Amino acid sequence: MKSPQDISRDIDQIRSIMERSTKFPSLAGWAGVMAGSYALAGAAAAHFLFGFRPEQDPARIGPDADLGSIGLTAAAVLLLSVLTAVLLTKRKADRQGESMWNTASRQLLSHMAVPLVTGGVLIVILHMYGLTGLAVPLTLIFYGLALFSAGRFTFREIRIMGVLQLLLGLIASVQLEYSLILWGSGFGLLHILYGALMYHRYDR
Amino acid sequence: MKVAFNDLHKAFESRIRLGIMSALAVNEALDFNALKEFLEVTDGNLATHLRALEKEGFIAVRKSFIGRIPNTQYAVTKEGNKAFQAHLKMLERIIKAQQ
Repeated sequence: MKSPQDISRDIDQIRSIMERSTKFPSLAGWAGVMAGSYALAGAAAAHFLFGFRPEQDPARIGPDADLGSIGLTAAAVLLLSVLTAVLLTKRKADRQGESMWNTASRQLLSHMAVPLVTGGVLIVILHMYGLTGLAVPLTLIFYGLALFSAGRFTFREIRIMGVLQLLLGLIASVQLEYSLILWGSGFGLLHILYGALMYHRYDR
Repeated sequence: MKVAFNDLHKAFESRIRLGIMSALAVNEALDFNALKEFLEVTDGNLATHLRALEKEGFIAVRKSFIGRIPNTQYAVTKEGNKAFQAHLKMLERIIKAQQ
């Protein structure tokens, strides 16, 4: 026969296992702050160094845009952000005594991969049609969708960031002239804000 | 109000079995290693409890290979889900009766 203490311990355990087996709690807030900083630096470099000026030619991304360098800058920002996130998350997971590669993190990645890969392929296709300018709002939109579906597997707050990113993306696709500024607000400022908030709330 | 403690299903008396059911209730399927990680138990211990739940018909086992490494997936059955939900409801009633 079970005592009431036993039963409430049972219930605590049920709740904790349900949480742990579906949620990935180790995403580090600092990773968001760093990713946002890389994005801002990248956007500035693209604008001032490589002629990324959508306000002059919305469909392409500026009359004298150096597409190769802009592409490389984007790839560098992406790579640095992912590397930083993996490193910081690994450190946080180790500290929490969790493993970084578990069922929840695998689910998180596969649910993010579907919208991200779809968006990536679509952007390449649109570029082949000469609609390179649409790449900017579309990265925001598909990234927002990826974050929204990630919300089931990590902090729920990430869904709010997802919705904000895709709203910015929709605005940017109507106002292509402002797309770079809106991109910087989403990938730059929102990441920094979100990262700082998450750090404040969970990492200290 | 008196609640019969005996209505709690025998299969869920062990905390490990309760843990297995909790993890499987919120995941489509989990493999042996994932369960081991969540429950922090030894291989032998986990295997024994999994076999007991399988015998009750509460979980289904699917064996396959990933490359050459055998992989065993566990999932909750309809019957298992029903029993687990009933068990939770019973725990809830006992707690309420205490207050």
